[in-house]
Amino acid sequence: MDDLIKYVQEQTARQTDWPAFRAGDTVAVHYKIVEGNKERIQVFKGDVIQISGSGATKTFTVRKVSGGIGVERIFPFTSPAIVKIEVLKHGKVRRKRLFYLRDRIGKAARIKERKRYTKTQ
Amino acid sequence: MNGLIGKKIGMTSIYDDAGRNIPCTVILVGPCVVTQVKTLDTDQYEAIQLAFDEAKEKNTPQPMRGHFAKAGTTPKRKVVEFRDFDAVQKGLGEEIRVEEVFAEGDVVNAIGVSKGKGFQGVVKRHGFGGVGQRTHGQHNRERAPGSIGASSFPSRVFKGMRMAGRTGGTRVKVRNLKVMRILPEKNLMLIKGAVPGHKGAYVILEKR
Repeated sequence: MDDLIKYVQEQTARQTDWPAFRAGDTVAVHYKIVEGNKERIQVFKGDVIQISGSGATKTFTVRKVSGGIGVERIFPFTSPAIVKIEVLKHGKVRRKRLFYLRDRIGKAARIKERKRYTKTQ
Repeated sequence: MNGLIGKKIGMTSIYDDAGRNIPCTVILVGPCVVTQVKTLDTDQYEAIQLAFDEAKEKNTPQPMRGHFAKAGTTPKRKVVEFRDFDAVQKGLGEEIRVEEVFAEGDVVNAIGVSKGKGFQGVVKRHGFGGVGQRTHGQHNRERAPGSIGASSFPSRVFKGMRMAGRTGGTRVKVRNLKVMRILPEKNLMLIKGAVPGHKGAYVILEKR
């Protein structure tokens, strides 16, 4: 039965080739937004704090602090609104879900950069 | 009513033209075999009987083996009758496929047996509101049903009073679901929204 779900997703979902990234990395997501009847591209830049799901319903959560207020956005990998994903920095973290960042403010919420990057995805 | 028998495979989501994410149930529909044709002359009403999903011969009762042999087909697990079926004209033993009955954009009803939930209280079973407060004298009554009737008159509880008990595991019909996509090469159909039953459960799909 899982094969059939996979088959449906192959037939219906958008084929993507986003660069590999994982939790802790800093990304800039370029996505389309519709304002009235105009369409423009907006950039959401922040840290990836979670990648969850699989197949056509796989999503990633990006967190940024905007004007002192934490903002998180969940993007599906297969969303037709996403135009481009840029990986700006690879972070050095020990876990897959960085929810502890929500409790940290300012300097404490920084993620160390991983200099020697080995591709894992 | 036109319809077919299917099997629930699971759920996924697709995007429509406006970019909206639509939750969909994937259903394996047919191919169904006609095992009996009822006509006004023989049964006083018009209907066809469809069968779906291969069964082992040894697990099929002897009378059903005979019934399937008469239609010239192998034993099947699920047999359902559809009254006034007029989507396609098919004779005994012929197969009906998804694309012959349904099309993308159709509105269908889905009938299945809902997931069993065991013995549940009134809040889950009948949608009671509960007490609504934790304070003001509530100590263990947050999900209690409240009064079940008056005292000396009528001195009994009315029949059909909604109380706690076995929940789920009953036949449920969900109306007006939209067919989003049909993949005829694998006999699959994507329906917007949820359908009763667990994965692998049989679903009867009626075309409206």
